[in-house]
Amino acid sequence: MLGFLRERLSSRLDARLEDRDPDFIRESLPLLWLLSTFYFRAEVRDLGNVPADRPVLLVGNHSGGNVIVDTFIFSLAFSTHFGVERPFHQLAHNLAIAWPLAGGMLRKSGTLSASHEHAEAALAAGAPVLVYPGGDWETHRPSWEGSRIDFAGRKGFVQLALDAGVPIVPVVSIGGQETALFLSRGARLAQALRLDRHARLKVLPISLALPWGLNVGDFAGHLPLPAKITIEVLPPIDLEREFGPDPDVDDVYDLVTAQMQDALDALAAERRFPVIG
Amino acid sequence: MRINESTLVAAPAGTVWRYLADPENYLRFLSGITHWEVVGDQVNGLGARYRILVRVGAAEVGGLIEMVEWNEPFDIAWHSVTGVDHRGRFRIREQGAGRTRIEYRFAYGVVGGGIAGILAEVAAVLAVRGQMRRSLRQLKRQVEHEQRRLEVERLRAARAPARQ
Repeated sequence: MLGFLRERLSSRLDARLEDRDPDFIRESLPLLWLLSTFYFRAEVRDLGNVPADRPVLLVGNHSGGNVIVDTFIFSLAFSTHFGVERPFHQLAHNLAIAWPLAGGMLRKSGTLSASHEHAEAALAAGAPVLVYPGGDWETHRPSWEGSRIDFAGRKGFVQLALDAGVPIVPVVSIGGQETALFLSRGARLAQALRLDRHARLKVLPISLALPWGLNVGDFAGHLPLPAKITIEVLPPIDLEREFGPDPDVDDVYDLVTAQMQDALDALAAERRFPVIG
Repeated sequence: MRINESTLVAAPAGTVWRYLADPENYLRFLSGITHWEVVGDQVNGLGARYRILVRVGAAEVGGLIEMVEWNEPFDIAWHSVTGVDHRGRFRIREQGAGRTRIEYRFAYGVVGGGIAGILAEVAAVLAVRGQMRRSLRQLKRQVEHEQRRLEVERLRAARAPARQ
């Protein structure tokens, strides 16, 4: 029985690029557009910085707990800018992909379970890939750290870009951490419950969120507050041109995070009020 | 959803046509436009293709369009090939006394999406209508400016032989 379940789960996590369904994406755009335009007053800037004719690694800061509205807004903007015909993949946590209903919809949207191999396969197929190196650590950071890039030293994305020979395009976003009041990552709690070993979870976040009030874990998601979301795409970084033929992973990591932090500081300076923007 | 807007310009149909037939001018008068690019070797005329993007709400919408009518100096019409389904038309009709009416027609549809699709179609009307009105105001200004320039040029040319 356990073997059967494991087999089902691993088949759900397989990277099948062809699961992406452009018609499904096209039909989901109206709802995303309505929510993005009227609820989140979203603004996506400088999408023209994404090269139109080659694969790139889009590196974003992760926000909003398990309800990652900025990812949906970016996907809408990408699909309307380049057309749903252009392949585009995002990496997500295994738990999100394995979820029965939402997981199926995510796969149709081009989402792959987070792994180096899956990202390499998508890049090799010529598709831009969006990754969030900070993962669950960053997305559950406290709300007062909303304008801080925190990849927790995870540098795998640099090696991925080097292996695939693609430029890195940083994508910074602000507002996601105002969709609830995130209080703590609950890292010690997760460690005590051994969630890291059993579910690849380093955090057990605690927040105040609708409709739950006190929300521990955010496993069922939450109703996001209508925070204004602003996303900015930075110019591509060609690693070989910038760092020579054999780039140092630490140097690349430092440059990417520094550029993202500068851009995020500028976006934070534009905001006058929480949630309202 | 279909939206019609029109304007009356103080210029003959020929001047309006020449202005609209030049793809470089679209970036100058179309409101909300963020990208306009000729795709392929054909710059204008029947079958010419362009990649366009217009900001509507939180997204830049558009895609590849193709000119499907090129009836000088009366009609220019296009259909979308990829991106949001739409079709558009500039209808140019002379009204006498050197004036021309330009009608800008735009029809779009949201494929699928159920109730959200219908709501999005309706919600976009205000934004699209506003952009069409601003575009026509810009177009009127640009074409009338062009007409004045042509008249001055003609007067200068007429005076030149008299001075000699």
